Amino acid sequence: MELEKLRHGTELIKRGFAKMQKGGVIMDVVNPEQAKIAEEAGAVAVMALQAVPADIRKEGGVARMADPKIVADIIDAVTIPVMGKARIGHFVEAEILEALGVDMVDESEVLTPADHKYHIDKTEFTVPFVCGARNLGEALRRINEGAAMIRTKGEAGTGDVSEAVKHMKQIMGEVRSLKGKTKEELIAVARHIEAPIELVLETAEMQRIPVVNFAAGGVATPADAALMMRMGADGVFVGSGIFKSENPEKMAKAIVEAVNNYDNPQVLAEVSKGIGAGMKGISVDSIPESDILQTRGW
Amino acid sequence: MKLGVIAIQGDVSEHVEALENALKQRGENGKVVTIKHKGIVPECDALVLPGGESTTLGKLLMREGIADEIREMNAAGKPIMGTCAGLILLATAGDEQVAKTHQHLLGLMDTKVNRNAFGRQRDSFEIGLELPFLDTQYNAVFIRAPGIVEAGKDVKVLAKIDDMIVAAEQGNVLALAFHPELTDDLRVHQYFLDKLF
Repeated sequence: MELEKLRHGTELIKRGFAKMQKGGVIMDVVNPEQAKIAEEAGAVAVMALQAVPADIRKEGGVARMADPKIVADIIDAVTIPVMGKARIGHFVEAEILEALGVDMVDESEVLTPADHKYHIDKTEFTVPFVCGARNLGEALRRINEGAAMIRTKGEAGTGDVSEAVKHMKQIMGEVRSLKGKTKEELIAVARHIEAPIELVLETAEMQRIPVVNFAAGGVATPADAALMMRMGADGVFVGSGIFKSENPEKMAKAIVEAVNNYDNPQVLAEVSKGIGAGMKGISVDSIPESDILQTRGW
Repeated sequence: MKLGVIAIQGDVSEHVEALENALKQRGENGKVVTIKHKGIVPECDALVLPGGESTTLGKLLMREGIADEIREMNAAGKPIMGTCAGLILLATAGDEQVAKTHQHLLGLMDTKVNRNAFGRQRDSFEIGLELPFLDTQYNAVFIRAPGIVEAGKDVKVLAKIDDMIVAAEQGNVLALAFHPELTDDLRVHQYFLDKLF
């Protein structure tokens, strides 16, 4: 094949990859065995990690990119895409993940930020990125930096879905509020939410953010996953919720079925039966402010 | 006229939009419906299997009981198009990657496929592709794309990249390794609809 005719890493290819994940569940895994369980359950991708967010939260200290060996072993174990997390602003971790062959990098607040001022310039990469957001301005700033996918931040590792709900409602509400506004009003909105004007105009026109928008951060049960889909999420990330539950195989499969049938309570009742206890979790209200992850990044 | 798009997972809305625009462009009335459960495929005049994760799609097609309906639809000679993951699902056989995950295949096209023929996401690409039914190049988007490595005598090869078959048809079944639904160029969807009108 004439290699010069191939165009790699274009916006279309990066955003296109994210579109293929729509309607799916992306699961956090820490070893090849878990990755295979996720694949068998019907996950559309796995997130290869050193530790799931609940454990990161418990252990404290500095959380970094996973050991490349873990990531490479997981890549070898499954046919579905493998994602990896890099610290906010740590473009070298992102380069290492890209070199390993991960299919998407999550520039994630779950890890300890490496840069308190700048996020990674994601346009410089061939691999697509997903980033967390709590509101429309944050989502559009990340897209402007090159993110091909957005997810709610929620509050990772808690099993408490309330923050993901808050962030999804916030983003969806802000998108709706753009409807019917004049161009000059939209320009004022852009200034107010500190987002690029072009992206605000595009969002108003499309009546959705310009990239795929997943839910993440605290999703722990099939009902939680369906709830996020009902609010308009394009798909769901489940972190600690699967492998911190009593029966990961059953939980994983049930959450996949729930996302596929999110608008059918009968099916949701069926798939939620006898799947064992969900992760114990911790309510967001009881977490001291210094341990809150979602305020990392801006 | 009713056109169905399998909506278990993947870039469903992009196909729906492309089909609606293609219908509008040719001035035809028709309805595009999304399909998550059994019972709808038999009502459709044509069907699209979208891009997505083939491992996931295959499992859920079986679990939901849609797979047999698609086979019956094919037996009735109705047009079916599969893009990317759809190309894999249409095949009769797969490589070890496909076998490893106990991939469920529909077996509507006499082909053997390679699940990630062009590598991982960093290797994904766009290319100007020559297609026999178009007079100018088509900007084809390949994302973790599969390819057809072997095709039976009833399969008509439409395009290749090196030795890898990336577009083929067998009767009314059209298989594409790329994503015509990701660009605004409707010519491939029109070619598919030509099978109906």
